[in-house]
Amino acid sequence: MTTPAASPSREGVPLLQMMGITKRFPGVVANDRVDFDVRSGEIHTLFGENGAGKSTLMRVLYGLYRPDEGEIQVNGAKVAITSPADAIRRGIGMIHQHFMLVDTLSVAENVALGEKSQRGPLTDLGRVSERIRELADTYRLNVDPQAIIWQLSVGERQRVEIIKALYRNVSLLVLDEPTAVLTPREVDELFVVLRQMTEGGRGLVFISHKIHEVLDISDRITVLRAGRNVGTIQSSEASRARLVELMVGRAVALESQPSKGTGGEVRLSVKDLHVKGDRGIEAVRGLSLEVSAGEIVGIAGVSGNGQRELSEAIAGLRTPLSGSIRLGDAELSAANPADARAAGLAYVPEERMRDGVVPFFTVAQNLLLVENRSRDYSRLGFLRTRAIRRHCQELISAFDVRTPSLDTPARNLSGGNIQKLIMARELSGSPQVLLVAQPTRGIDVGATRYIHERLVVQRDDGTAVLIISEDLDEIMTICDRVLVMYEGTIIGSADPRVNTREEIGMLMAGVKSAVPPLAGEPATASP
Amino acid sequence: MSRFSVAVGEAWKDRRRLLLSWFALPLSLVAALLLGAIMMLALGANPITGYNALIVGAFDGSYALGSTAVRAAPLLLVAVGICVAFRANVFNIGGEGQLAMGGLASSATALALPNLPSIELIPLVLLAGAAGGAAWGAIPGAFKAYFNVNEILSTIMLNLVAVQIMNWLLAGPMVDKTQNSTYGLIPETRLLPRASWLPILIPNTQLHLGVLIAVVVAVGVWVLIYRTSFGFRIQAVGLSRDASRYAGMPVKRTMTLAMTISGAMCGLAGALLVFGSISHRMVTDGSLTGFTGSDGFNGIVVALFGALNPLWTIISAFLFGGLLVGGDALQVATGVPADMVTALEGLVVVFVVSLEYMRRRSRTTSSPSRRSRARPTEPVAPAESLVTADERSDP
Ligand SMILES: Nc1ncnc2c1ncn2[C@@H]1O[C@H](COP(=O)(O)OP(=O)(O)OP(=O)(O)O)[C@@H](O)[C@H]1O
Ligand SMILES: [Mg+2]
Repeated sequence: MTTPAASPSREGVPLLQMMGITKRFPGVVANDRVDFDVRSGEIHTLFGENGAGKSTLMRVLYGLYRPDEGEIQVNGAKVAITSPADAIRRGIGMIHQHFMLVDTLSVAENVALGEKSQRGPLTDLGRVSERIRELADTYRLNVDPQAIIWQLSVGERQRVEIIKALYRNVSLLVLDEPTAVLTPREVDELFVVLRQMTEGGRGLVFISHKIHEVLDISDRITVLRAGRNVGTIQSSEASRARLVELMVGRAVALESQPSKGTGGEVRLSVKDLHVKGDRGIEAVRGLSLEVSAGEIVGIAGVSGNGQRELSEAIAGLRTPLSGSIRLGDAELSAANPADARAAGLAYVPEERMRDGVVPFFTVAQNLLLVENRSRDYSRLGFLRTRAIRRHCQELISAFDVRTPSLDTPARNLSGGNIQKLIMARELSGSPQVLLVAQPTRGIDVGATRYIHERLVVQRDDGTAVLIISEDLDEIMTICDRVLVMYEGTIIGSADPRVNTREEIGMLMAGVKSAVPPLAGEPATASP
Repeated sequence: MSRFSVAVGEAWKDRRRLLLSWFALPLSLVAALLLGAIMMLALGANPITGYNALIVGAFDGSYALGSTAVRAAPLLLVAVGICVAFRANVFNIGGEGQLAMGGLASSATALALPNLPSIELIPLVLLAGAAGGAAWGAIPGAFKAYFNVNEILSTIMLNLVAVQIMNWLLAGPMVDKTQNSTYGLIPETRLLPRASWLPILIPNTQLHLGVLIAVVVAVGVWVLIYRTSFGFRIQAVGLSRDASRYAGMPVKRTMTLAMTISGAMCGLAGALLVFGSISHRMVTDGSLTGFTGSDGFNGIVVALFGALNPLWTIISAFLFGGLLVGGDALQVATGVPADMVTALEGLVVVFVVSLEYMRRRSRTTSSPSRRSRARPTEPVAPAESLVTADERSDP
């Protein structure tokens, strides 16, 4: 196999050049005469608001969409990329935010999938596994070729995707929001790998909404706004403020300093909860917590410590092994989402595409998903179309969901706008308890601020808000109280106004004595 | 390729897509009829005579139209039932069994209440038919919803069970003992009470009340699916069980109910077969399709032909009814074997399904956007298309 360094050709010719790319969808111009290029050995970041057209541009490159106008050159030669297979043949790889791995197959099988075997019709897994080990060694990507995909964590799956791309020897790799699902440590590890990948002369395209990551990893940054390229700058010339200004078209303040919540009667109380995880192991082990009306409680912690199982148990999607969950006056024992909702719960799930929306339903239908029985929207079982549309119109403008119309299928929205849609729906009732998993994952910085403000408003209206987030900055900004989850229990609690990030970070790593227990909170830490 | 020729190519593709989507049905009909003509030629018959007889027999004059409508009515009800179940992502192959159960339940009701007036008896027998079919649809529905039993297998098995029950009842407990046949009893009921016969709406035709009922039900089901919150939940459950559950919908109950309604439609069709018949008895011949005339399967074709939309299904049922009625006339006029007519119907089905397949392919290739966003966890294709049912996998 040749190293990619051998292919980048004539001096000065970029690896990739996209010129005047236009891509229209019904009702939107997703890319409007965009110029974009990637040089060999660089990491070029695409930055911009939700729906600015970043994923679309990369899908054009990967042969998933055909551009309406424009030209693509690879190594200086004009090409027409007609399919992902075609893109891969030309040395272009892409890692989607939602991975495309077959859950029931092993790592080696997934990597071999779609590749020609050297043994004709027979599979060649031995050789594939060996090559995977080689690559894993070179790039220090800890992956076992024999592991079955469904057993792997998100971070591990991402490494498999990277191995797959390396195995196919791509010279240009696109990573669409790779860090959205990673823990800070995994992000650091990923960045080391990415740097190493560029050393061979590869070019990388990186997409992220987190400005510090963008400033950290990029060589150049291109900002898209409403489908247009509004500037390509050197990372060294970039700053937080500059990027934000380019992104939204004017200077805005991003830091908000919400007031502290007051707290009232207890609305959600979890006692000695035990929940089994997907892999059969107990993921939540004797957890107790309380959330009161008018406060925002954040659950910090490295993902995989039982947060998902906890939230699914509260939402009634997963039956606990033992323990109790009280929501308002209702005791939720058997898993039943309808009961939880009836007791006043609103829930923003982590798995948006699976749980949060019906992808083939329109925006309006998705906004109606929860309240379709409500008097306001149905009379005698018949849907009140006019009232529904008015309500939906209000929601999408209130939450700035960017969509061509109410009748656009949800699957055609950009990732961040799908999240905003779910937020709009869940906050629209007046929930007693609001449970939000990863509220701003994949959300641009402007919208993040807006969502935080809405959460605070909700709190001030007397809702008990529980947030599960891996983003420590987010937790520090909006929470009145922080609980740190580690190996299925609350290992400690902290006050974001008193304790430092470092102290909370220690707790997240399982170092228990890092923060002295706060007065008046004996019940939160579990035995 | 220059930019210009690319544009032309795309435009042509769009044109082709348009052609395929609007003319797929007529085209497939024409193609099937052409092939049928070749077959007739091979059999030494004149295809022009044959098709002339078919069209005259099915559509010429009020009597022919009436017969076609009567033949179409049960097909329409079955097809509408298929549509409901399909929206909940359940594929109801159990029409045959549900028809039989509907026929039995309604016949038994009529036989048990010989003295009621029409105004009471007809609604009662129709309801009984619907109830019989509903029960036979609820079983596989509940099994699917609560125990994840594949509905295609369970409905096919229940078809066999239903036919056995029917054959036993019609040859035994419910048989007309007054008939004097030297070769043993025909498996049929007594003449049903006159008050239960579906009244003829237009004199000198066969057009009976059942046709009107079928059309009204089809429109009603359209309203149910697209205009009510229950229909909204059926669609949501059909497209994503996970998201529906998360939203607090009673997923399992909704699936079971959708299958129950689907069965009820088929059961109602069974009642029409009995009370709209010329003999006014429930009759079978001991074979699997003796009572139903395969309407439980033909209804699936009608539903697919009608794009799984209850309103289009009205038209598609009428056309298919015409094919069946005219097919008899064709056979009489040309003397080709009856199998030839069956083959012709089969050809139409094959052509419709393959054209629909081509339509989908052309759509996906010229606009990859539709495919590319499909994530592994989603259904592969929008529910609107015809051949999706077998492509959808079950979680
Ligand atoms: N398949 C599609 N059909 C119709 N519209 C689409 C499709 N894909 C994207 N769009 C629209 O194109 C625009 C750009 O979307 P895109 O996914 O490229 O945004 P993005 O910059 O990646 O946003 P995010 O940061 O939220 O992921 C959006 O308005 C979106 O609604
Ligand atoms: Mg995107």
